[in-house]
Amino acid sequence: MSEHDDREQAEIGLEDTERAHREAEERALVAETSEGAQELMPRGTTSAGELRQEVGAVLRLPEGGYVDPGDIDIDRRDDQTMIINMGPQHPSTHGVLRLMLELDGETVLRTKPIIGYLHTGMEKTGEELTYVQGATNTTRMDYLSPLHNELVFSLATEALLGVELPPRAVWIRMLMAELNRMSSHLMWMATNGMDLGSTSMMIYGFREREMVLSFFEKTTGLRMNHNYIRPGGVAADLPDGWQDDVEVICETVLARTYEYDELLTGQPIFRERTEAVGNISAEEALALSVTGPILRSTGVPWDLRRTMPYLDYNKLDFDVIVGSYGDNFDRYSVRLNEIRESIRMVRQIAEMMPPGDYRVQDRKVTPPPRARIDESMEALIHHFKVFTEGFRVPEGEVYVAIESPRGELGCYLVSDGTSKPYRMHIRAPSFVNLQALPLLLRGGLMADAVAVISSVDPVMGEVDR
Amino acid sequence: MTETTPNASTAGTTAAIHPEVPRLADRLVDQLAFPHRDTYHQMVSAFRDVGFELCADVCAVDYLTHPGRTLPAGVTPERFEVVVNLLSMSMRQRVRIRVQVPESDPSVDSIVDVYPGADAMEREAFDLMGIVFAGHPDMTRILMPEDWEGHPLRKDYGVGRVPVQFKEAPGPR
Repeated sequence: MSEHDDREQAEIGLEDTERAHREAEERALVAETSEGAQELMPRGTTSAGELRQEVGAVLRLPEGGYVDPGDIDIDRRDDQTMIINMGPQHPSTHGVLRLMLELDGETVLRTKPIIGYLHTGMEKTGEELTYVQGATNTTRMDYLSPLHNELVFSLATEALLGVELPPRAVWIRMLMAELNRMSSHLMWMATNGMDLGSTSMMIYGFREREMVLSFFEKTTGLRMNHNYIRPGGVAADLPDGWQDDVEVICETVLARTYEYDELLTGQPIFRERTEAVGNISAEEALALSVTGPILRSTGVPWDLRRTMPYLDYNKLDFDVIVGSYGDNFDRYSVRLNEIRESIRMVRQIAEMMPPGDYRVQDRKVTPPPRARIDESMEALIHHFKVFTEGFRVPEGEVYVAIESPRGELGCYLVSDGTSKPYRMHIRAPSFVNLQALPLLLRGGLMADAVAVISSVDPVMGEVDR
Repeated sequence: MTETTPNASTAGTTAAIHPEVPRLADRLVDQLAFPHRDTYHQMVSAFRDVGFELCADVCAVDYLTHPGRTLPAGVTPERFEVVVNLLSMSMRQRVRIRVQVPESDPSVDSIVDVYPGADAMEREAFDLMGIVFAGHPDMTRILMPEDWEGHPLRKDYGVGRVPVQFKEAPGPR
C-alpha cells in the first residue's frame, strides 16, 4: 500500500459522501415540492378511468359507452413520451398555475392542471365574517372582476333577506358590472396579445383598462377590491359628472376596439396562431360544465343576462355574441365583441339611470347616513349594531348565479339565522373552465399551449380561492 | 331564482327517480330534490335524460353545529349534505339536489360518469370536506397539499389565527 493509494481511497470516500449528500438534498427537495397523486403519472401507473379523464374527459360515445383508453395513442408507449412540468411560476400561466404535460415530440398528449398554490381558504374565512364584511372577502377572489363577486354575494344575501332594492341601486350595479366586464376583457386582450407575442396589444389593453379603473377609483375609492356592491345596495352614489366620464370611456374604448381589429383580427400571423387551435365542440363544453365565452364560442347562445335575467338586464337591448368553431379565434372574437356590447349597455344604462336612493333605507341592513348619527341616538345604535354584530339573516339556503366575464359565477349560501353565513360556497367559473384544458390542448403543439391557456382566461385567485 | 320551495319528490320513492318536467311558471324558481344516498346517482342520470345538460355546481355542507334545519318529511338529517346544482338550458330551469351523507360513512356515488364536468368539483368537495365519491377516477386532493391532514371546511376544523402585533406592543425580541 502506497501513500498514493490511500489518498485515492480517501477521495473516493469523499465523493461517495458528497453524492449521498446531494441525493439526500434532492430527495428532500422532491418531498417538499411533490404533489404526490395530484401529479400526472406515467401511463403504466395510471388507472383506466383516470387516463380517460386526463386525455380529455369527454370521450363519451352518443349511446353512453366509453372509448377504450387502450385505443388512444396505442402506438405510443411510456418510453416514447415525456412528462414535463410547466409552472407554477411561468410568465404565461396567468398566476401560479402548474401544468404537467405528456409530450410526444412537440405534440401534447395528456395534460393535468395542478392548482391550489393560491388557496387561502376564502370559503372558510367567509364563515367567520358577517354578511356586512362578506363582500370584502369575496371581492378578492376574482381580482379582475371584483364587482361581479361582490354582486353575486350581495344578491344571495338579499335573496335570503327578502330585501327589495331601490331601482337606482340596481342600475348602478348594472353600470358597474358592465364596466367591469369591459375592463376584465380588456385585460384579457392584453395578456392574450402578450402570450401571442404582440406586446403592443399588451400595452393598449392595459391603457384602456386603466381608464375604466380610474372611473372605479373615482366612484368606489379603489382601483380593485372595491367592496362597493354590498348587501342592501351600493356603498356610495355615483360621483358628479359620471355621465361624462362614462361617455368618454365608451367613446374611446369603442374607437380603440376597431384599432384592435386592425392590429389583430385581420393580421395573418394572429389568424394562423389562433384559428383551428384548441377546438372544443358544444357537446364537449356542456359535458365539462364549461360556461361563459368558451361555451358561447362553440355556438351555444347561453348568457345568464339574457336567458335567466337578474337585476334589470331584461330592460336592456343587447346581443349575445356566439362563435361557431370553438377555437382560439372564436374565443377572441366573442370577447372583443362583448366589449362592444358592454359599451352599448353602458350607454343605455347611463341614459335610463333612474333617480332615487342608492341603497335600501332599512336600518337593519344598511347603516344610517353619517349626518344622522350626530342627531339621533337610534341612528347611532343602528350604526354600531350594523358594524359590530351585523344583521341577522333568516334561516335558509339559496343558490344565485350571474354571468361574470368568465362564465357562470354562482354563490351557494346557507344561513342558520345568525349574522354570519353558515356556509358560503362560490361556484368559480375559472375553476370549472380549467377542466377543459386537457381537451383543448390534446393533440395540439406545445407552442400553442400558451395561447390556449390564455384563451381559457383563468384567474388563479378565483380558481384556488 | 330566489324562493326555494321543497319539491314533492321525497327520499327513496320511485317518483323521486323520475323527475317531472317543470311547468313554465316554475322556471325562475329552483326546484329542490332530496334523494336518498342509494338513489342519488339514478336520480341525477334521470335528470340528465330529461334535459338538464349542465352540472353547474357540486359542493358539500357540514351541518355539525346546525342540526335543526328544515327538511321535508321523510328525510333524515345527517351531518353532511352534498349539494348538486343542475341546469337545463332548454327549459331554463335549475334543480338543486341535496343528498344526506352520514358522518360514519361519508361517501356517495360519483356522478362523473354522467357529468364529466363534476370531476374537479367532486375533488374539491373531497379535499375540503372529506366526502368520498365512490367511482371517481382520481379521488385526490386538489387545493390543499397532498400531505395535508384533515379537511378544512369541516366545522370541527379550527380556524388558524395569527396574533395581531400592534405598533405599541413590545416586539418578539
